[in-house]
Amino acid sequence: MNTPSPPRLPVSLAANPRLSSWLKISADGYVAVSPGKVEIGQGIITALAQIAADELDVDISRVRMQRASTASSPNEGVTSGSLSIQQSGRALRHVCAEVRRIFLAKASDRLGTKIDMLDIQDGTIKGPGNVTTSYWELAEEISLDRDASGDTTAKPVARRSLVGRSVERIDIPGKVFAQPRFIQDCAPPGTLHGRVLRPEISGAKLGELKQDSAYAVAGIVAIVRDGGFAGVICETEHAADAALKALHGGATWVGGEPLPVESDLASFLKSQPADLTVIDTRGGAAYPAISRTIRRQFSRPYIAHASIAPSCALARWDGGRIHVWTHSQAIYLQRIDLARVLGLPVEDITVEHMEGAGCYGHNGADDVALDAVLLARATQGRAVRVQWSRADEMTHAPFGAAMLVEIAADLDARGEVVGWRHSIWGNGHTSRPDGLEPPKLLAATELKEAFPRLAAGNQRQPSGGADRNSVPLYDFPSWQVEFHRLLAMPIRTSALRSLGGQCNVFAIESIIDEIACEHSEDPAAFRLRHLRDGRARAVIEAATKRATWKSERQPGIGHGLGFARYKNTGAYCAVVAEVEAIGEVRVKKLTLAADVGEAINPDGVRNQLEGGAIQATSWALKEQVRFDRQRITSTGWSSYPIIRFSEIPDIDIVLIPRPDQEPLGAGEAALGPVTAAIGNAVFDALGVRIRDLPITRERLVDLLENAS
Amino acid sequence: MPQIRFRLNGTETAVDADPERSLLDILRSELGLTGPHFGCGAGECGTCNVIVGNRAVNSCDMPLWSAEGKDITTLEGLGSAERPHPLQRAFIAEQAMQCGYCISGILMSAAALLRQNPSPSADEVKAALDRNLCRCGSHNRIVRAVLRAAREMSAG
Ligand code: FES
Ligand code: FES
Repeated sequence: MNTPSPPRLPVSLAANPRLSSWLKISADGYVAVSPGKVEIGQGIITALAQIAADELDVDISRVRMQRASTASSPNEGVTSGSLSIQQSGRALRHVCAEVRRIFLAKASDRLGTKIDMLDIQDGTIKGPGNVTTSYWELAEEISLDRDASGDTTAKPVARRSLVGRSVERIDIPGKVFAQPRFIQDCAPPGTLHGRVLRPEISGAKLGELKQDSAYAVAGIVAIVRDGGFAGVICETEHAADAALKALHGGATWVGGEPLPVESDLASFLKSQPADLTVIDTRGGAAYPAISRTIRRQFSRPYIAHASIAPSCALARWDGGRIHVWTHSQAIYLQRIDLARVLGLPVEDITVEHMEGAGCYGHNGADDVALDAVLLARATQGRAVRVQWSRADEMTHAPFGAAMLVEIAADLDARGEVVGWRHSIWGNGHTSRPDGLEPPKLLAATELKEAFPRLAAGNQRQPSGGADRNSVPLYDFPSWQVEFHRLLAMPIRTSALRSLGGQCNVFAIESIIDEIACEHSEDPAAFRLRHLRDGRARAVIEAATKRATWKSERQPGIGHGLGFARYKNTGAYCAVVAEVEAIGEVRVKKLTLAADVGEAINPDGVRNQLEGGAIQATSWALKEQVRFDRQRITSTGWSSYPIIRFSEIPDIDIVLIPRPDQEPLGAGEAALGPVTAAIGNAVFDALGVRIRDLPITRERLVDLLENAS
Repeated sequence: MPQIRFRLNGTETAVDADPERSLLDILRSELGLTGPHFGCGAGECGTCNVIVGNRAVNSCDMPLWSAEGKDITTLEGLGSAERPHPLQRAFIAEQAMQCGYCISGILMSAAALLRQNPSPSADEVKAALDRNLCRCGSHNRIVRAVLRAAREMSAG
């Protein structure tokens, strides 16, 4: 395969070359940085501030990170896929390097000194004989309304002083001192409160709607109805909740779409009409030396993003102009969808980001923004804040797709893998606003002039969607990987942290473990024997060494290994899980080794890895969206339990230092390897292989009974 | 409507409102606080926790009338940037969050724990926080931060 030569400018900068869209230097002694990526609890704004401060040689306290807005920020698409540092970070580093040089050139004129005799310290530019000027002094004389040239090189690694250090996150103090940062906490005086009526029966349409009792609620301002979309607007949240309840009482619902049988998702996933794509192949077809084939089927259920905060948005119409405040991960794409739904030009809409709670992918953030816009149209001039209920968040936000994965491994007489087929069934993992028709927002499918709802699409390789991480990293001589993307979508699916990566890695690493164990080969040694990439080998070696892999056996305790390179192109992560399986499975300890390339903020990287590991443990042991044939029944935390403090494993992380390598996102690297390591540890403890997630007590009891 | 009186973050407070409304709703929409967060409205996540007397309680689940005469502390009353509570310092020192939405409720549960048990073990901290959910997986850092604050407080 030919690798294309890298573009001269980083992607984000090539798309937004104007320097001033990224950076402004103020005569008042600060630097305003406007990234197009947004904070979702991953610490991105701090990491970007570090990069800017380092490259410009200013103290980090002078860096003011601006909230992304379509009015002023570069368009960086979606904040997702662990790409923020790769894209935004690289672009910003280039921008800062170039701006630094522009200022140095000006300073050299001004001071009559050669550029390479000048030095910058905290924004003060010094030359020999103590002549000085500063960014702040020169700021008004230099316009950054020009395009990046791309011919400036950033500082070499050795000269970076902030990058690579665990600088404290700049958003944390506000969060411990109750200074409002979250969109949920934002309701300027005069704001009205909206709630939207949604069916409990999946796919049901709103029929007759009696509005009198809702209109009788004190504080009601308006009821909006447009086809199947309906909502209330009130002076207070309390009134809005009461009016919505009254509206529910007056609503008649028509029809509905049957949901699959929850207990037999495998048959459902395999029986639907589907698009078949061959994702990757290697080597010849039939291998003559096959002595036997191991076929295994793995599955995971639908998983909820289950953000701790319900989705929320504010919108205000002023004449023909609309202002939206949102925790969307993609403000520009959301704006395109809003414009399409409203039939307005994008220029009439400003979409501004505000932080929400962690979302872990595409949750209700974009949907609620359209809800707010549709309601605010009725209250021209006054902002309407819409916040979903917990039940809305658990039932109407898109879910991570259920998946079925079948792997058939052909072994030769010595037990070596000579052929490999990996087949995936499930919905696609992408229903985000993507700038394409039709708009992807929930209410768009409810309006009188409704837009169709398409079955979720799927990102293409090399990152992949459902097929993410499905191409083996091991050097088997032949393989074929295919994905059956469902064309029906009774349960709406979209991007959830790691997409298909979690289930594919779980499947691959489980069967690898099985093959190794059958031949009494150490599973770590088996992997190392099949990996040529030194960085991959290094994380496996580091994790097994740190965890004292294969230490003495204790009854009821098991150890398991899982490994992947996220997206096959991102961060490397190997995990050793220690579980206790007495009655119930308890994950006692997770030892991770990760290689994320250059770690801009090592503590931030650890925080992301820890979070991913804990969330994966929760998914693996507890999580599944519940439904009957008519409705989603997991509507809150008691019907959709997640991991609690008393169940949290100890986590130990080894970060492999790679300051010379491209930085890679860490937030999604651990999900697959942790899930697989837990499954393999359960086998080590109990001698049964669990292939359907989550690993519940009932499933284990069944397996153990069948085994005996 | 009856007036309900209570002490809020050390200040005598009187509210004229429907006594059946939740304390969370009153704190946020009538009294303008943003420390206590809405997460579920059903007593299942702890993001709305405040301290009533000496105990952390879900303010979403507590009707206003039951606040009558009580001493109530929210995150706003725990400390400030100028005079931080040891827990606030410790959460910064341990960088004990990702998104941080759950943190206000967790700080209140932790503060109530330390009032009752100034030197808890890690398991006691976990038990005290077991009704607080954190979706981001910041749990281990949070436990470390609470233990750090406890050490700092007992060192005086
Ligand atoms: S909001 Fe009160 S417990 Fe969830
Ligand atoms: S830090 Fe995000 S929910 Fe706890």
